[in-house]
Formats: sequence, structure tokens, C-alpha cells
Amino acid sequence: MSEQLGEERLGALLRVLRPAPKGWVRAAQELPLARRTLDEIVERAEADRAFREALIADLEQALAGEGYERDPRIVAELRRRLSEK
Amino acid sequence: MSLSTLPDAELVRRCKAGDEDAWNELVARFSRYVYAICTRGFRLSDTDAEDVFQELFARVYTNLHTLRDDAAVRPWIAQLTRRLCIDTLAKGERERPDAEPLPDAHGNDLAEIDEAFEVREAVATLSDTCQEMLDRFFARDQSYRTISEELELPAGTIASRIARCLGKLRIELEGRNQPPPGSRE
Repeated sequence: MSEQLGEERLGALLRVLRPAPKGWVRAAQELPLARRTLDEIVERAEADRAFREALIADLEQALAGEGYERDPRIVAELRRRLSEK
Repeated sequence: MSLSTLPDAELVRRCKAGDEDAWNELVARFSRYVYAICTRGFRLSDTDAEDVFQELFARVYTNLHTLRDDAAVRPWIAQLTRRLCIDTLAKGERERPDAEPLPDAHGNDLAEIDEAFEVREAVATLSDTCQEMLDRFFARDQSYRTISEELELPAGTIASRIARCLGKLRIELEGRNQPPPGSRE
């Protein structure tokens, strides 16, 4: 930034970085929690055959039945991992 | 030193060590930047911008340990975001072959976003009141009246306070642009 900034230009630059929607920011901040939850579910699915079969039969219902909050990122990633096995 | 005033390199170092508060701050620090690249630099729709935004932070979270120079996190994030935006636009064109070609990155806008980030860094050195006032007026389009009500300040003083804060911001930026002692320029 080499040139001296006039008030108008400064105002214009302050307008450039507007807040991202709060929900988007919160979802990104919750990534560590989502990853921990995912790892926990996968670990359990590997150790508990009945749970694994329930997940394969109806993923979303099995998660809801175990009290996991519905998180589309976790559901999508679980689908991907279960289909790999 | 609070997390919001930590240099990027230290913030990244803490994120790599698994500090979740540092991760929250990293997302907060770069969320507007990423959002601006998506919506202003590449004119993505809200839906595409949200997908890129979430994918970007997922990749940053997963791959942060591969960043060799912790201080270079901003250019790294910028590059990742640009790549994701380009992929999104290309995918849209493939799915709509009869549509008009979509615009690529707007180079001037991307340069301006970087300039705006530097201004925002300078804003972070001002008082909390100035930060709040400038952000509400310029970035959130709040009226003098709303700012006055929400910050419980006399309505008639808002314009002059904003002007004073802009003056302080200009001084801060000029200080940053001073050539180092001994420089010929």
C-alpha cells in the first residue's frame, strides 16, 4: 500500500471486507468438534458390528437414534467412509 | 496478548498444536477475506460461495500442518480460495454448456481485497470503540442512528467520532508506510 489514502478511498476499502454470514463462520469454527464426532462414530462402528450395520442400513436414523446431532458434513463424510469399507 | 492481536505465525503455530480457541480466531480473522474473494473477486452466488467457504476452511483445518511458513498463511488461504472459486466456476460452465461464459477472477478486485485486509489489520490497532464504529458504519452499513442506539452514544457525535477514527487510521497507515530509517525513498 504505497499511496496516501484519502478519506473516500479509506472508506471504500473499509467497505470491501464485509462480515460473512454468521452461520458460515460458526460452522467453520465447529470443524474440530465435527471431526472429533466423526472419529468417535467411525471408531465405534469399527468396534460394534450392530451399530455398523445400523449405520449402513439407515445412516441418518441410526445417528439420530444414538443422539448425534444432524450435521450434513458428518453424514456426507460417514457415507463416504462406509462406502469405502 | 489476546488471540485477536497475535501475529499470523503465532496463531497458526497454536492451531497446529490443537488449540481450538486459536482455530476460532483464525476462522474469524480470515472469514471476511475468504468471503470477499468468493463474492467480490469471483462473483459467486451465495450457494456457491457458501460451499467454497466451508470447503476452504475444511482444507485449511486438514492441511494446516503442511504449511511450511506459518507467517504465509494469508497468501496460502488466498491461493486455496481462488483455486476453489475457479473450480466452482468451471464446474458451473460444464453443467450449463449453452450458458454465456462466466467471468473469471476480477484481478483489480482481488488486489483491492488484499489492500482492504491491510487496512483492516491497521484498524485492529485502534481502540475498541473506533474498531466498532468504523466496522458498523462502513462494513455493516449501519446508520448513525443505529450506531448511536447500539453503542449508547449521543447521535450528534457519531459523524465526528467516525471522522476522528478515520484520522487515527490514516496516521496508523502512514506510520506503516514510512520508509525504514536510512532508506533513500
